[in-house]
Amino acid sequence: MIGTVLRIGWINLKRDRAAQGLTFVLPIVFFSIFALILGNQGRRPTARIRIALANEDDSDFSRRVSQALQAQPALRVRTSVKVGDRETPIDRGRAEAMVRRGDVTAAVILPSGLGEAVSRAEAEGPTIRLLSDASDPIAGPVLQGLVQKAVMEAAPDLMVKRGLAQLERYAGALTAAQRSAIDRWRPAPAAPGASGRGPDERIERSAFGIGIESAAVFGNQANSPIAFYAAGIGVMFLLFSCAGAGGSLLEEVESGTLERLLSCRLTMRGLLAGKWLFLTLMGVAQTAIMFTWGALVFDLELRKHIPGFLVMTVVTAGAAGAFGLTLAAASRSRAQLSAISTILILTMSALGGSMFPRFLMGETMQRIGLVTFNAWALDGYLKVFWRNAALWELWPQLLVLALLTALFLGSARLLARRWETI
Amino acid sequence: MLSVAARGWTDDATPPALQPDSRNLEQQASVIVLSVRGACKAFGFVTALHGVSVDLRQGELIGLLGPNGAGKTTLIRAITGRVALDAGRIELFGHPVAGAGPRAHLGVVPQDVAVYPLLTARENLEVFGRLQGLAGADLRRQVEWALERSGLTDRSREPVQNLSGGMRRRLNLACGVVHRPPVLLLDEPTAGVDPQSRERIYEMLAALRAEGTSILLATHQLEEAEARCERIVILDHGQVVASGSLEELVDQTLGRRRLVTITLAEPLAEPPPGLSADPGHLTLRTQLRDVVAELPPLLRRVEEGGGRVQDLEVRTPSLQSVFIHLTGRELRE
Repeated sequence: MIGTVLRIGWINLKRDRAAQGLTFVLPIVFFSIFALILGNQGRRPTARIRIALANEDDSDFSRRVSQALQAQPALRVRTSVKVGDRETPIDRGRAEAMVRRGDVTAAVILPSGLGEAVSRAEAEGPTIRLLSDASDPIAGPVLQGLVQKAVMEAAPDLMVKRGLAQLERYAGALTAAQRSAIDRWRPAPAAPGASGRGPDERIERSAFGIGIESAAVFGNQANSPIAFYAAGIGVMFLLFSCAGAGGSLLEEVESGTLERLLSCRLTMRGLLAGKWLFLTLMGVAQTAIMFTWGALVFDLELRKHIPGFLVMTVVTAGAAGAFGLTLAAASRSRAQLSAISTILILTMSALGGSMFPRFLMGETMQRIGLVTFNAWALDGYLKVFWRNAALWELWPQLLVLALLTALFLGSARLLARRWETI
Repeated sequence: MLSVAARGWTDDATPPALQPDSRNLEQQASVIVLSVRGACKAFGFVTALHGVSVDLRQGELIGLLGPNGAGKTTLIRAITGRVALDAGRIELFGHPVAGAGPRAHLGVVPQDVAVYPLLTARENLEVFGRLQGLAGADLRRQVEWALERSGLTDRSREPVQNLSGGMRRRLNLACGVVHRPPVLLLDEPTAGVDPQSRERIYEMLAALRAEGTSILLATHQLEEAEARCERIVILDHGQVVASGSLEELVDQTLGRRRLVTITLAEPLAEPPPGLSADPGHLTLRTQLRDVVAELPPLLRRVEEGGGRVQDLEVRTPSLQSVFIHLTGRELRE
């Protein structure tokens, strides 16, 4: 009997081009759009900050700072603009105009006399000026930090000299022994490009010897956004597809087919079991197709994670299928199902992290998100694709999804009693 | 045919009605295959069935008539086990209908065209055949039989949504009989179909009856019920208000009187005694208990009164007359 219900679902899907498009093509389209826009095709997780650099000083110090800024991987630096047929160096006025027009996010002005003031270790004198677009709250502070880093890396000797001058000014002159010790320790001028210039660098040492070591402890950083959006979009569309396909139950009620089905040897329990199995298989196929697309087009690392992916997909699809059946059994009509499912799924997807990563939300919102189906499913997928988790480490997510499946199926069975003997 | 039906019986005792070799046709006709006794069902404050009793004998075709809301569909749903009675008992071959065993011996043709529109006619027959317990060679044979009987063999591989309304109705019937049930329940099987499809549907029913199938037909088509059903049950307000053959119903309700209508060539100044006249006095009417004995004197009286008879009509009360007499002219919806 269950096999016959499966066959009905399969033939209906096979003949319904619109349902095929909504189930298999639309998720791929949405995923691709998200991956292209937000994932930056998986090659640059975060876009570089575009800045204009106006070097009015033309000193050794300003040139070193300029080179250090251009070597920063987080920045895309423009030092000249095309005027007519000629490349013209950017000055203060052009830099400000470029920020106003939105050509760049911020501008750095190295004013005239900067290098001389630094070399004389003067406390007073010209300062580096940052011009930024106030509508971008991130770019300004980030740029400020990067400029300070560039200055320290470009001229550590001058910075130490400047610091000592300030010390002597307020604390008194150094003794001959102290000055000799400092001269032995004082760093030599840094060659441009010697440090902090590439993503592969692991240890950065400041002029004062305090090192910061960075290392990737899990995941392929280039693939992470793609894996996240594949899981997020996949789970959201899984819910939409299952809710839509679960509506076949309502079509059968409205056409009188359910009456005929239940007049046969088929019981309501068998009918629901068959439909749930069909929805689960459809969901597995839908998710597998989308992740395969991600692997082929966006270099998603699917092959390395197949066992975890399959386990998560089967359990998630099963829970989504049960969810779809519950919604259908709770609805009075197809139109009502459509309205309820749209509101519910969009809300769950927003809270559960399908649209915006939960790990970027506040702690309270992260906890609230755990009441949704999406959060547990996404946590499981991210464990697989980001953290390379072993299968057994997925048990909390699998347990919750299995419990949700049982809860949804039980609810659907109770709600469907109204179509049984009255 | 009967052996096919008996094959699916799940209880230990094979229904005696399904053993044709042991009984002659006369005996079979007296076997009650479906028995409804004192069926009562209320939905809230609305009483749908109020003590309904009906017996269906083997090979019999009963017409179940009644205005909308009279309880016909509720009765059919109760027989299929889809409505739980508040009181009363329904037995199929002596077994309560609740449960899948007895239900396998029922064929149900609902009022709606309850098939899958994206599946072909053949696929629909296959899935409903499987859901009725058929498989393998039996299933293939029965599907071919149903397609042939419903005249859909040539269109069997087209999705149902491409078929005409009449074809869908025939398929609706075919899906209900694909497992060749000994008892068939039909709810308005010919609603909205053309005369050709209607004729084919009744041919199918006649063929099934010839094989011993017992049929309960709920319908609003009074002429069809009059022509095809050997017994008629009229329901109203959840009760059986009349039951029997058409002649018995006429006797029970209108009596044996026949309506006589005389059309005159010229109007009379005064209608003869015992006759009523239309305002123009061109048409005279009366009722006669014994047409053979009473009609000649009646015509003589008209001629003696100066009337010249142009046309004469003697009408037997129809099922329509009986139905209206029993259920009234008041609209129900």
